[in-house]
Amino acid sequence: MLITQRHKAYWKRTLRITGILLALWFVVTFVVSYFAHELSKFSLFGIPFGFYMGSQGALLIYLFIIWIYVKYMNALDREFGVSEGED
Amino acid sequence: MTDPSAQLRRYYGLYTGCFLLFILALGVLEHYGMPARWIGYVFLVLTVSLYATIGVMARTSNVAEYYVAGRRIPALFNGMATGADWMSAASFIGLAGTLYLSGYQGLAYVMGWTGGFVLIALLFAPYLRRFGQYTIPDFLGARYGGSMARLFGVFATVLTSFVYVVAQIYGVGLITSRLVGLQFEIGVIVGLAGILICSFLGGMRAVTWTQVAQYMVLIVAYTAPVAILSYKVTGVPVPQIMYGQVMQKIERLEDKILRDPAEINARNLYLARADALKSLIDGLPDSLAEERRRLSTSIDQLKHGEVNISEVFALERQRRELPKSTPAAYDYWDSLLHQATRQSTELTPHAAPYPDKEKDKDKAANHSARLNFVTLVFCLMVGTAALPHVLMRYYTTPSVREARSSVFWSLLFILVFYITAPAYAVFAKYEIYSNLVGSSIEQLPNWVSAWSRIGLVSIEDINHDGILQFAELNLNPDVIVLALPEIAGLPYVISGLVAAGALAAALSTADGLLLTIAGAFSHDLYYKVFRPDAKTEWRLVVSKTMLLIAAVLAAIVASQRPADILSLVAWAFSLAASAFFPALVLGIFWKGANKTGAVSGMALGLLVTVYYLVRVQFNSIPWLGIHGIGMEPWLGIESTSAGIWGVATGFVTIIVVSLIGKPPKSETQNFIESVRSPGFNR
Repeated sequence: MLITQRHKAYWKRTLRITGILLALWFVVTFVVSYFAHELSKFSLFGIPFGFYMGSQGALLIYLFIIWIYVKYMNALDREFGVSEGED
Repeated sequence: MTDPSAQLRRYYGLYTGCFLLFILALGVLEHYGMPARWIGYVFLVLTVSLYATIGVMARTSNVAEYYVAGRRIPALFNGMATGADWMSAASFIGLAGTLYLSGYQGLAYVMGWTGGFVLIALLFAPYLRRFGQYTIPDFLGARYGGSMARLFGVFATVLTSFVYVVAQIYGVGLITSRLVGLQFEIGVIVGLAGILICSFLGGMRAVTWTQVAQYMVLIVAYTAPVAILSYKVTGVPVPQIMYGQVMQKIERLEDKILRDPAEINARNLYLARADALKSLIDGLPDSLAEERRRLSTSIDQLKHGEVNISEVFALERQRRELPKSTPAAYDYWDSLLHQATRQSTELTPHAAPYPDKEKDKDKAANHSARLNFVTLVFCLMVGTAALPHVLMRYYTTPSVREARSSVFWSLLFILVFYITAPAYAVFAKYEIYSNLVGSSIEQLPNWVSAWSRIGLVSIEDINHDGILQFAELNLNPDVIVLALPEIAGLPYVISGLVAAGALAAALSTADGLLLTIAGAFSHDLYYKVFRPDAKTEWRLVVSKTMLLIAAVLAAIVASQRPADILSLVAWAFSLAASAFFPALVLGIFWKGANKTGAVSGMALGLLVTVYYLVRVQFNSIPWLGIHGIGMEPWLGIESTSAGIWGVATGFVTIIVVSLIGKPPKSETQNFIESVRSPGFNR
């Protein structure tokens, strides 16, 4: 199998979006919950912020991360002419 | 309208409508005097036969249909099926209760069991689908070459899945015996039949379509009671938004409980009891005989003085329950000591993340609580992303593109559940703090006595004031979901619905797990390793036989009622994480990882995890004749997070061993390229 420049470019872009989204995942998951106590000084919908992030905020951000990934990869597939279907 | 997906959506929409109508009809019948037991039976029979019908209709004898549903499942439905596959009996029954008991600390499960899907989406799903085979050991075999990696994958798959499936069948027994009133063993058999009819004839295809039906049942059953309760308390039936308000009310109630003199008195009494038990344990072996003498003397004194029959009975029962031998006495008093200590401690506020570090004595506790929270989240997430029965589902979509969006749908359907669970706990807590705590012990609601008969609720008037203090109430976390309809005074039909939902959660997860086990044996072990020339029909026969054997074995183990099974499930995540995660991630993202590295990394990672959790959790394993093996946890990390060490070991071992050895051959390099990016030369 011939590994072309196109393979390399596609993979580089994939790695970049994966890295960025994983970094966001890491911050939301580990940094926020480690400092949950300090972040509970203010509230959202009547729930202390630390608790809100653990019970809803982080979950919605996870969904958002996957949504961004799906959108980005579909666009990348179209750009490289390997899209598997219509939007 | 020839789009099959639109037609499917119409079918399942119609089905959900019928299900809601059916619940309404039962509600009306109950109003006109239909007995509760009948409602339970109707729910049980109707839902199980519905799943069986779908299972029979989707029967197949095609290998691709059997293992991966013909790779024709649209992303949306695959997401829904994954949701049902994912949410187990433990999630359905246990999660809200855990959140009720431990407040913020319990959110580790909510985050861990959802955030893992980010890892699946970004690291695994698209690549596994592009690889396009049948099982996870398949991938390990193709990436690392030879049979070793594949065989190890089979071993780890069977180990994690079997523990998990036993817990599901055990859950079915519990649900049917508690809510429908069948005998535990009969419940297990009913569950087994339900599981087998779905998966035996139709494999993945049947299981997927049943799981979609089961998702609807379980999500309606989970959200309905708490939505009704939310409407009663706040006037808005959206508990996920309204529970912030209720949390503020709980804060005031917690404050009251902390300051109330009667509560302080009750806590001190438990503290005194804990101290007494401590000195009894320290005084062993002599203290056992002394305690017996002491009880006998007080019984005699009572009998000679003013006779109070109930007090005499209570003391006689205490004397009867005294253990016979010193080790038994140690265990007995130790468990009483744990309970008394728990009841003597002040409640932790529901919303408080960690113990307050401003107070000096809590500084170490604060640090260890943070560390344990973060590591537990890590293990649950990585474990989620490494569980074979979840990963397998992403082989079933028609394309890589659909696999990606299918993870999105999976998480969306799962979120509905996990966002509701914290609300569930808060509303239950509000009901119990405001209506139960502080009421007269003579006039407790019916559900308290009903659930205390089977030992899930216990109440003790330790300060003899006739009022129930918070410290005097002891709730098993399972009660929160099982009894919420009764706690909130809802009709029995809602309890029946909860039972049906819990049953759907247990059955759907068990289906997926059994298929995974059967696939590992028949596809990876029999076909790929022993008989590569086996005919298709034979492969299916082997697969179905394995499914039957695994199901029956799991039912036999479950009917022994292994007490520790639920803690075993928490361990399954750590085991799966350390066995699969490093080898899968490096297999896709690092071309340098070779076979020796992968196999040694998987084995060493799994060993470290097992070593850690056994030595931290147990001091002795009586049936192996091993004693005194307990150790201090490293950095104070609990055994449920054992995977953190195993995953780290796995990564380091694979990298070091691969760097020492030769890099993989060019065929493997090409294989990795083909998994990473689409074929451009089409």
